[in-house]
Amino acid sequence: MSTPQPPMPQTAAPNWQAAPGASYPAYTSPIPVKRTHLGNALASEWTKIRSVRSTMWTLGVFVVLVVGIGLAAAALVSANAGEGELAGENPLSFGFFGLLLGIMCVITLGVLTTASEYGTGMIRTTMTACPTRGRVLTAKAIVFFVVAFSVTLASAVLVALADVALLSDAREPSSSEWLKGTVGVSFYIALIGLLSLVVGSVIRHSAGAITIMIGLVLAPLVIALFMFSESLEDLRQALFEYSIPNQLSVFYSQSLTDTGPSGWDPLWIMLGVTAAAFAGAYVLLEKRDV
Amino acid sequence: MIEAVGLTKRYGDKTAVYNLSFQVRPGSVTGFLGPNGSGKSTTMRMILGLDNPSSGQVTIGGYPYRKLPNAPRQVGALLDAKAVHGGRTARNHLLSLAQLSGIPDRRVDEVLGVVGLQDVARKRSKGFSLGMGQRLGIAAALLGDPQVLLFDEPVNGLDPEGILWVRNLMKSLAAEGRTVFVSSHLMSEMALTADHLIVIGRGQLLADMSVQDFIAANSAGFARVRTPDTEPQLREKLSTALAEAGGHVLPEQDGALRVTGLPLPRISDIAHETDVRLWELSPHQASLEEAYMRMTQGAVDYRSTVDQKAGLQQPLPPGAQPQMPVPGQGQPGWYAPPPPQQGGQPFAMPQGQPGQPAQPSGPPQGPYGAPVAPAAAPNPYAQPAPAAPAVDTTKPKDAR
Repeated sequence: MSTPQPPMPQTAAPNWQAAPGASYPAYTSPIPVKRTHLGNALASEWTKIRSVRSTMWTLGVFVVLVVGIGLAAAALVSANAGEGELAGENPLSFGFFGLLLGIMCVITLGVLTTASEYGTGMIRTTMTACPTRGRVLTAKAIVFFVVAFSVTLASAVLVALADVALLSDAREPSSSEWLKGTVGVSFYIALIGLLSLVVGSVIRHSAGAITIMIGLVLAPLVIALFMFSESLEDLRQALFEYSIPNQLSVFYSQSLTDTGPSGWDPLWIMLGVTAAAFAGAYVLLEKRDV
Repeated sequence: MIEAVGLTKRYGDKTAVYNLSFQVRPGSVTGFLGPNGSGKSTTMRMILGLDNPSSGQVTIGGYPYRKLPNAPRQVGALLDAKAVHGGRTARNHLLSLAQLSGIPDRRVDEVLGVVGLQDVARKRSKGFSLGMGQRLGIAAALLGDPQVLLFDEPVNGLDPEGILWVRNLMKSLAAEGRTVFVSSHLMSEMALTADHLIVIGRGQLLADMSVQDFIAANSAGFARVRTPDTEPQLREKLSTALAEAGGHVLPEQDGALRVTGLPLPRISDIAHETDVRLWELSPHQASLEEAYMRMTQGAVDYRSTVDQKAGLQQPLPPGAQPQMPVPGQGQPGWYAPPPPQQGGQPFAMPQGQPGQPAQPSGPPQGPYGAPVAPAAAPNPYAQPAPAAPAVDTTKPKDAR
């Protein structure tokens, strides 16, 4: 809609009307302009994640839970186990309980990494500074994944070493058990955190996204508990086997059942789910209004 | 330069911005005005590529924002001062933005100095006052030393020193050849800062012109005439004489008369001819606020009503007068219409569609297409001037 200029009684026209368009000297900044890339976004996201308290709190509680419960479980078992009872047991498996609880912290941090920007409105500032929205999500995902993986790995290795030392009666874990019980499980936990980050980006609401993720972890087990009907036996079995706690226990060769995922399966399952969710979140982020 | 062409944004069946076209040019401060909910912030978000327009487009220097190379170095924006993570320190907040935009870290300390926050740079922004938050937002906008600057309500919560600082900052930024686009509700502030105005109401363009033209086109100056308080009959006599001479007379609450449509010397002559002494005859130039109110009174979405306190008030004792309302408040036509000699009302809004919201699919309703409040439709100055405040005093009683 063009603006029909009404009759103007006072002809005090502003400067730009006398000198329209390009003839006006445009301002140029003395600060050199550099093309930005993913590295800039990574540096920015690293600054963001290290400069808020919630990161320190969630990761601190995570380490306390994983290390504390892992050590306590091993100490309790070693104190109470009778002669020969532990023979043939995988000593690494006592790290499981701490990690199961620690998942909650990783989920919280993952969700907060994205959703808190929506909660505070910071996202508008971020997306103005970087209109390539996918780059921001990718940088967040990389930075978060590296942080979550390193912290989980450090805790898991610490607990594993302590468990092996404390439970001298148990058998020596094989090298593939070592790999699965430390690196494998850390990948798995970091991927759950990454899935939470992606869900946070889609839901855009911290409490909502955390609830969804905790539901995802707990609901299959709880639902399976109440499936008494004979006809639902198969479904009940599948819910048990593919529930996140059971998938986690697979890394310690301690699955509740003999069928279902085994070996490295849980990692591939979680990788597939997270990749699909990430792709969805990426598309949504590009399309939706901020 | 910011250029919007046919910009439209719909949220479901609500149209926030409809067919908005304007240009914001470099080298001057352009004010962006409109009532609450008129679509200012939506427009700003669309300029910054945060919201996608339903139709039309808006470009900066020829590119849509999200296609702009090195966008944060070309455009800086203050949208919402509270749009920061409160747990992060001011410096870290700016540092993360600088890193994201590829700006050297040194620049963070520079802008912190520019906005005067260097002493609280390492404090969490959660504890900042509204004014400090506003300064942090301005710092973020200045970070990339950009050519185009957008500020949404920049003086919110600032102290007088801060307001003066922002005013001078805007002007100096524009003087350097930058494009400065500022929205505000503070008319007095806009009158001092802006060179050019873009006014929207209910998501549609109402005006796009310089501040002086805006005032001249939307509000006539008036003459205040005061006759001796001691002789009320002189006032009646003069009112009649002025009305006969073609002037419009509106009584003010303190007994003075507001006269439009007659030049000052003519009023003086009429007073002389009718043998009325004058205690005051003074010209009044309408302010930007009056011009703005006059233009947008039909496009206000959120209008306050009188607090009736229905059923809660003690009945007034016999003979007691209810409190007089503040003059001018809610009184249609208090703001002067454009001078009649300008060939009609250039900004008269289409009448006969009272309170109707902007139609998403219909054609624009006239050149400035906002519907008008029913009470404001006829020229109130044409009515035989009833004592307007006296009418208002009956309202509280009607509620019971």
